[in-house]
Amino acid sequence: MSLKVENLTKRFGGLAAISDVTLDFPTGSLTAVIGPNGAGKSTFFNLISGAIRPDSGRVLLDGEDVTAHSRGDIVRRGIGRAFQVASIFPTMTVAENLMVAVAAHRGQWAGLGRRFPPPGARVRAMEVADLVGLAHVADTLSAHLSHGDQKLLDIALALALEPKVLLLDEPTAGMGPEERWQMIERVQRLWERQNLTLVFIEHDMDIVFRVAQTIRVLCYGRVLAEGDAAAIRSNQAVIDAYLGTEEHAA
Amino acid sequence: MDLDALGRCVSTASCLVTQTTSGLIAGLLLFLVAAGLTLIFGVLKVVNFAHGTFYMLGGYIAFTTLQVTESYTLAVLAGGAAMAVFGIFFERALIARVYGQDVLMQLLVCYAVVLIFDDLVKMVWGADFLAMGMPPAFQVPPLFIAGGIVPPFYAVLIGIALVIAIALAASLSGTRAGKTVLAAAQNPTMVSALGVNTDRLFAVVFAIGAALAGLGGALAAPVRSLTPGMGFSVLIDSFIVTVIGGMGSIAGALLASVGVGLIRGFGTIGFPTFTDGLIYVAMIIVLLLRPTGLFGREVV
Repeated sequence: MSLKVENLTKRFGGLAAISDVTLDFPTGSLTAVIGPNGAGKSTFFNLISGAIRPDSGRVLLDGEDVTAHSRGDIVRRGIGRAFQVASIFPTMTVAENLMVAVAAHRGQWAGLGRRFPPPGARVRAMEVADLVGLAHVADTLSAHLSHGDQKLLDIALALALEPKVLLLDEPTAGMGPEERWQMIERVQRLWERQNLTLVFIEHDMDIVFRVAQTIRVLCYGRVLAEGDAAAIRSNQAVIDAYLGTEEHAA
Repeated sequence: MDLDALGRCVSTASCLVTQTTSGLIAGLLLFLVAAGLTLIFGVLKVVNFAHGTFYMLGGYIAFTTLQVTESYTLAVLAGGAAMAVFGIFFERALIARVYGQDVLMQLLVCYAVVLIFDDLVKMVWGADFLAMGMPPAFQVPPLFIAGGIVPPFYAVLIGIALVIAIALAASLSGTRAGKTVLAAAQNPTMVSALGVNTDRLFAVVFAIGAALAGLGGALAAPVRSLTPGMGFSVLIDSFIVTVIGGMGSIAGALLASVGVGLIRGFGTIGFPTFTDGLIYVAMIIVLLLRPTGLFGREVV
């Protein structure tokens, strides 16, 4: 499924968090979105997933306008997302977390007289757990998982909704170097196997340059540059605005 | 302070039974109200200052239903059902407009409802105390258990309240809607990201919370007198219970309600002039040891 945004704009107060952004994410592509803090990356995801409404511009899924649609509708049409801070249900086990998502996806979340889990939900939950490599901790309370596994569970919750487009907001945030690579390799494998259109926000430039097919650089809410690793590395505007300062800071 | 009397009471079976019964009944009725309050807070993150009003209206509606139908069962059901409907209306029409707003705004909206309905109750039912009276079938000599006095109706009330508590806990963990509610209480953003219609979910949760308060008021009506403004002291007690038990925790609310009930029951003997104070002392001790309450979790 292809994702396209056209002239997307969102202001908070007088400040444009996202300003006239037009980007194309072809079916099956693997894209990194980078940019300094406050560049509008998370806002960009929030706009696509329907969490907030843009002031102007359009979000197109396979050419179909989903801009004014509810969050639920956008999820059902195939845009899944995982959050920067692992967004899970801590007092539930991994399997229960996933069963809640499976039930929600099947529209089986209501019903005071209906038993939880719905039939078949556990089997599906275990399939999803297996996809991200959490099957061995399926019955562990999710609050007791390691930070990395909690992030994986968050991604798994999105996968339970059978997305065609997956947005990952800093999948490696808060991880040590080794853990980061494990995480990104898993994400890459998911992308290959599930035939996803994957967009991820990332700060680690090694990961970005090594993994992403295409890189989009946001700065002050605008698209500063786009291209493959070589093009971004040699782009003077990117070096000035972003990479340069980053290296100074580091 | 009369520690001698308390010592004598605790060491005699009859006094122990009598005070435990009265403590349990107060505690379990309080639980019904507080469970609704904590459920609404847990999921909607709204502190429902109008919760005592649901309790009051539940009691008055039960009173009138009893006069019309002469059935206690219908009276209790009517109190609960009427508040479920009222709760949906209240949430959609008023509370939905102040989600995420300043808590003062929520307070103002709720307090307006409290004042309006206190006065409406005065207009409809009058300002005087009303007594509903116990069902005739239970107007019999009390049971004596180990020498302690236990009116049969009290035993039935304790039973009903316990059944509701268990049913609530079971439906939260064992039904689809319940599991979604638990999930929403922990992480409403994620639940809406999963595609759940949270507007509908919130209305249902509010209705359940209001119905629990209505049931509490209706069940309590035969053993307490009805008066406009009666919701206020219950509201304060419910807040204490949610604070002790941990905001949003049903298990915490049960434990804290029964605890508060028992402190009342035995406090009236040992500290007749400081019974309410004791409850605050208990609250302070719990908060010192566990700032989030017995079963509360840190708010992320």
